Amino acid sequence: MAGERLLTRNWDTPDAVRLPVYEQRGGYKAARKALGMSAAEVVAEVKKANLRGRGGAGFPAGVKWGFINAAAPTKYLVINADEGEPGTFKDRVLMERDPHQLIEGCIIASYAIGAHHCYIYIRGELPKAAKTLTGAIAEARAHGYLGRTCFGQPFELEITVHRGAGAYICGEETALLESLEGKRGEPRLKPPFPAVVGAFGQPTIVNNVETISAVTHVLERGGEAFGALGLPGDGGTRVFCLSGHVKKPGLYELPVGTPLRTLIYEHGGGIREDRALKAVIPGGSSTPVLLPEHIDAPLSVDGLKAVGSLIGSAAVIVMDETTCVVRAMWRLARFYHHESCGQCTPCREGTGWLERVLGRIETGVGRDGDVDLLRNIADNMMGNTICPLGDAAAMPTLGFLNRFRTEFEQHVLQGKCPFGGRFALPAGWQA
Amino acid sequence: MALELTAERKQRLAALVGRYPIKAAACLPALHVVQEERGAIDAEAIEYVSRLLDIPAGRVEEVASFYTMYKRKAPGRFHIEICTNLSCSLMGAEHLREVLARELGIQPGQTTRDGKFTLSEVECLASCGTAPVLQVNGEFHEALTPDRVKALLGELRSRAAGG
Ligand SMILES: Cc1cc2nc3c(=O)[nH]c(=O)nc-3n(C[C@H](O)[C@H](O)[C@H](O)COP(=O)(O)O)c2cc1C
Ligand code: SF4
Ligand code: FES
Repeated sequence: MAGERLLTRNWDTPDAVRLPVYEQRGGYKAARKALGMSAAEVVAEVKKANLRGRGGAGFPAGVKWGFINAAAPTKYLVINADEGEPGTFKDRVLMERDPHQLIEGCIIASYAIGAHHCYIYIRGELPKAAKTLTGAIAEARAHGYLGRTCFGQPFELEITVHRGAGAYICGEETALLESLEGKRGEPRLKPPFPAVVGAFGQPTIVNNVETISAVTHVLERGGEAFGALGLPGDGGTRVFCLSGHVKKPGLYELPVGTPLRTLIYEHGGGIREDRALKAVIPGGSSTPVLLPEHIDAPLSVDGLKAVGSLIGSAAVIVMDETTCVVRAMWRLARFYHHESCGQCTPCREGTGWLERVLGRIETGVGRDGDVDLLRNIADNMMGNTICPLGDAAAMPTLGFLNRFRTEFEQHVLQGKCPFGGRFALPAGWQA
Repeated sequence: MALELTAERKQRLAALVGRYPIKAAACLPALHVVQEERGAIDAEAIEYVSRLLDIPAGRVEEVASFYTMYKRKAPGRFHIEICTNLSCSLMGAEHLREVLARELGIQPGQTTRDGKFTLSEVECLASCGTAPVLQVNGEFHEALTPDRVKALLGELRSRAAGG
């Protein structure tokens, strides 16, 4: 793999999930270093790193930490390990293969914001990752790295793994907090933001698994050096999730700013059976689709914004020329409809409408005007809901409509799916 | 009849409750533990969690019904959950769902008459790089093909026959 690996550097080491092995490879130095600094100095280091949140919104982590009310007596750090955005699979592997890297990041971040309890909200469907983490936490505690004191320093910290129970919406930070409090995962109105009123009514910082795992390396190398691996304003490396029609799907840690083309053609080995590329979703299912002409865009927050999409969770889904994009969007609409929590009418009804209209277009019973109807539904959802799930369903719909309008129209005109109403079977599979 | 948990589960539950500043926060973990014991969340399970955490049964019910992992009815001995979200579908998951339905003689959402298999279609399982994937009782099976799915079913059938 080109470039330097930080977050994934222990992935090929057997037993890296065990504390002594992790420590042999340089682990827990960064947390010791942080505890020797002032909390404000740690926050400053993370600000210098220009570490943008890896969970989806790309907000700078150091700036977010700066919002916490330092005077409040009780504060919480909550790790978002609910990984559910279709196409995304990095957080699960970060937890399964290097749990101590995350725990070390939790110690550093908790110290920086003055939290003495950190909750890791992990998706219920990931029992192996939860077990690995729980084991690693017990190990760290037995070594005196967690508990009443950390590394013999007068800093108290407990970490609790909290399992979700099947609901994509709980990845949204305020729904996650509701769920952590033992309730239905229904998003809260913002403001107030979690940094002001978060878990159990207290100031809370919510960060993604990868963001906090990266914090370990920010402290290890220093903010500036970490940041310099990426772009100005968008520092470091990221773990990109590559899936779909490429020869070598998988996780690739690359500097922020690596061109999408390099990820797909060099690391991913190009398109399966050397077919032509048709479309790429660059940042998870909620981000607008791109065309082959866009793949020289740098993989960064601003780089993808410039071509009309978003970096999201850095989950790149590749579709070759055999793919029916109407079917692809229909499947995603079904997902959003299923996952809408139902609190807001535009989202609850809109996602249902999108699924139905896309379904009839794909199955050959689309009506005149259906393509415009889709656009209307999506337009009415945008910005009219409590949480961004409504937008997350509308944006990819508009993206597909903008980039592939003729393909939608063809479906309606011909009264059938030009691709035979299915995704092409992988090579060697019998229909 | 009131629900009784094993000593180990009771202990685990008590420890869990102590991890939160308010008891009610242990609702999800408590439901998980009770479901482990019962296979599903029934009226007695709701009652148990309600008493344990001092929250009205109606609220526990509301929570249990919100999350897909809490089952009204216990699934079969092997719960096969196949992901058909986009990355998996691009790699043939819709076809595998048909293979499974044909081999088992049931549709997604159903359980075989002998109670051995339940088939469900689920959303992205965070394993898209090794698509298509499914889980059996929470354990991953990745990079599947029709042949591998059939072999897996054979293996599960002989495990079921073995008792
Ligand atoms: C519908 C929805 C689902 C989300 N799912 C996740 C998720 O699974 N994991 C995650 O880290 N962030 C997710 N987010 C983003 C979180 O709300 C939040 O921005 C993030 O956890 C902040 O962490 P970061 O700043 O470190 O990225 C989701 C947001 C929305 C609107
Ligand atoms: S936008 Fe959708 S998911 Fe979000 S709060 Fe409203 S109904 Fe729930
Ligand atoms: S789409 Fe199937 S695991 Fe992600």
